[in-house]
Amino acid sequence: MLEHDVLVIGAGLAGMRAAIAARASGATTAIISKVHPVRSHSNAAQGGINAALTDRGDEWEDHAYDTVKGSDFLGDQDAIEVMCKAAGQALIDMEHFGVTFNRDDEGRLGTRAFGGQRRARTFFVGDFTGQALLHVMFEQLIKSGVRRYEEWFVSSLIIEEGKVCGVMALEIRTGQLYAIRAKTVIFCTGGFGRVFEPSTNALICTGDGTALAYNAGAELMDMEMVQYHPTTLAGSGVLISEAARGEGAYLLDKDGNRFMEKYAPNMMELASRDVVSRAEQTEINAGNGVDGCVFLDCRHLGEALIMEKLSQIREIGIDLVGHDMIKEPIPIRPGMHYAMGGIRTNIDGQTNLEGVYAAGECACVSVHGGNRLGANSLLDTIVFGERSGNHAAEASRDSEYVEFDVDEAVSKEEKRLQGFLDRPQNGDRIASVRLAMGESMNRNLAVYRNEKGMKATLSELKDIEKRYETVPVDNKGKLFNTDLIFALELGFMLDCATPIVMSALDRQDSRGAQARTDYPDRDDENWMKHLVIKRGASGPELSYAPVSITQWTPEERKY
Amino acid sequence: MDVTIRVKRFDPEVADPQSYWQGFTVSIEDNGTVLDALIKIREDYDGAFSLRCSCRSSICGSCAVRINGHAGLACKTQAATAIKDGVITVEPMGNMPVIKDLVVNFDSFWDKIMEVQPYLKPEGPEPQAEYIASNESMLHLSDVTSCIMCGSCFSDCTVLEVDPSFLGPAALAKAYRFTADPRDGNEKGVSKDRLEELTKPSGMWDCTRCMECVQACPKGVAPMDRIMALRDQAMEAGFTNTNGARHTEAFSDSVGHSGWLDELRLVPKSVGMTNVSALIGYAPIAIQALTHGKMPPIIHKKLPDAKNVKKIFDKVEKPMERD
Repeated sequence: MLEHDVLVIGAGLAGMRAAIAARASGATTAIISKVHPVRSHSNAAQGGINAALTDRGDEWEDHAYDTVKGSDFLGDQDAIEVMCKAAGQALIDMEHFGVTFNRDDEGRLGTRAFGGQRRARTFFVGDFTGQALLHVMFEQLIKSGVRRYEEWFVSSLIIEEGKVCGVMALEIRTGQLYAIRAKTVIFCTGGFGRVFEPSTNALICTGDGTALAYNAGAELMDMEMVQYHPTTLAGSGVLISEAARGEGAYLLDKDGNRFMEKYAPNMMELASRDVVSRAEQTEINAGNGVDGCVFLDCRHLGEALIMEKLSQIREIGIDLVGHDMIKEPIPIRPGMHYAMGGIRTNIDGQTNLEGVYAAGECACVSVHGGNRLGANSLLDTIVFGERSGNHAAEASRDSEYVEFDVDEAVSKEEKRLQGFLDRPQNGDRIASVRLAMGESMNRNLAVYRNEKGMKATLSELKDIEKRYETVPVDNKGKLFNTDLIFALELGFMLDCATPIVMSALDRQDSRGAQARTDYPDRDDENWMKHLVIKRGASGPELSYAPVSITQWTPEERKY
Repeated sequence: MDVTIRVKRFDPEVADPQSYWQGFTVSIEDNGTVLDALIKIREDYDGAFSLRCSCRSSICGSCAVRINGHAGLACKTQAATAIKDGVITVEPMGNMPVIKDLVVNFDSFWDKIMEVQPYLKPEGPEPQAEYIASNESMLHLSDVTSCIMCGSCFSDCTVLEVDPSFLGPAALAKAYRFTADPRDGNEKGVSKDRLEELTKPSGMWDCTRCMECVQACPKGVAPMDRIMALRDQAMEAGFTNTNGARHTEAFSDSVGHSGWLDELRLVPKSVGMTNVSALIGYAPIAIQALTHGKMPPIIHKKLPDAKNVKKIFDKVEKPMERD
């Protein structure tokens, strides 16, 4: 029997940090991931990681205030305090682990400016900070002695009487199904970006953990808060880092005007992401773009700076749209990028289900509220990954495995999976059903939203869910059956989609990433609160939770 | 744009599994990538077609395959540029066993990474704040840490093809990432233990400098250049008692002194003058050379303008001494 005190699901930065912490606390720990850890989507974070280092004259309170303001005052201030206080040590830990951060002239860690922040506190490795951190975290994972289940897919969570017992997992390479017992489970499964099309997110970001937890009775929070990143590449929608604007790049309309003057005269291109994305969309809608895009202009930064600090996004521009940012502006537009909402947790990663934790993008602590600041996501993964790992290790020390009928669990799950393979081949294909969902979400839940559009998507989702029931799985074999995995992932994505739309419809104000044309103003009197959604007996149930306010009184946001 | 793509298929679950080629014509955007075309096959024609892919932006390292015979990332290769005689040919990477279709088994790749103890090992006390290091040293390392472990170099390594015990380009580049890190090793940043380990057989001296890894690498890591830098580091750290190190020294001594290579003396100087068994091992080659009239002259004469060659040596070596 495979069993572990702490079982971490997902091996991106949050997951590996959690596993390393749990192991260091003495818990028998395993980490399970549907891809090899270094293939995780933490890779895609390009620009950097925020921290206020006191020996640079920075204060955690300033970082916290910028984060609170960036969140449009929906972030929980107690959680934001925890994150910003811990940031300095988290950053130094990563440096000691071996991250090759860029340096200043004195050989100390160098910074760059980032959006929504009044001073440069973003530490970085070129424009591939996430990859640099992820690979170093994997090095530490190797050292830690954590058991790794690489390329294993968690298909369901086993819960008995509200307590976690373990998971059912498919070893992808062999197609063998296993029950893994665990005293505690930490979801670090990342975002649900593929619910939208296009999205900057990798193909693996299918909301698996969010859906598994939700289906098992966990509360989700602020699911309507979906960040559209201001600079995603025309066509495929791949991310072009905010680091470009951090280094001084301009946003231009079709006539070469820096339109941000109209929207954020002080911060210009470095206003918070929701503000910049709305500005771009407004310009595009007014006919000031070209083919649905505006332009990111880096030419004045010079070849030397671009080659040292932005070389990888330059390559992406050349590879994917044939534009060299050294020589010409590149076409960009707002694109779905990040989920501020997710599995509701406290500051130790605990959910409302005993023994179930969450950290990283799949969790909602909430430190990002209505809008995440660039370079706070890497920080979030490391700080709350570590806290969850520590707490889960502690909790598992004094607890026993919850008994469950293993044989029955395995045979039940085998039957369910076989059901997919036994389907007739005449249904709509997996990809077309996902595309219908993704395009509907992107049509009506993007930068600007309104009731009519969102209701249309809600009803389209009902139809799409029906079509999902009959998607065929072409591959009937066991070994490396990615077709079956895609079918299961699509189910997870659909589980996430409806809570997103229902939450967005319910919130009748505009705040952070949610900009409603039918409720254009922020309404603190009625809507300064979190939206919580839970699977009830007869469907999703919405409720509200207060926002934690410690020292920063909500005010109007100006950049 | 319609592209025709030939993919190598392999289904391990049929009786007597054999790989075979299958052609598809798929429609993708004009600036679409080879990955876009592969995904189209999977989505529209055959869901049983297996490949790994995720980020679509050359950062996760999942989609390395052989395109027209050479390893690279499918997501980084524009389909239009990959069409040869009207078709794009895609097959799984080499030097790793195929699991299914384009999916290969990475076990040996990762085993070798593990062999180099792939984590920072500083010997001194940890500072309270960050380590102080020059930006140049970090930028230099960042060129190596931008390795995404996609396996392209491993796939196309010609040494691994004949000697599976070779550590290979990815693991050696990873090792260099630590040996070149001023934070790793002793207070001078010299990682002696690592270098000693890497000079053993199957290590840094087994690269034949064929350049395939440099060509295959989609991230500009240039593994072979790192392996050459490892050799310099090892010799500088005093690990000269290896065939490779002696070979390098004998080679440059000979050319530096006489202007050309004394092939006859290169072998004994490389393997060691007293290493009789190894020398006997070379006897068949020597006899073959002799019978084919390829025996180098017994008396090795200086070239008339050897002093000009010496000048080149002086010029190359001087800046190194200054360092």
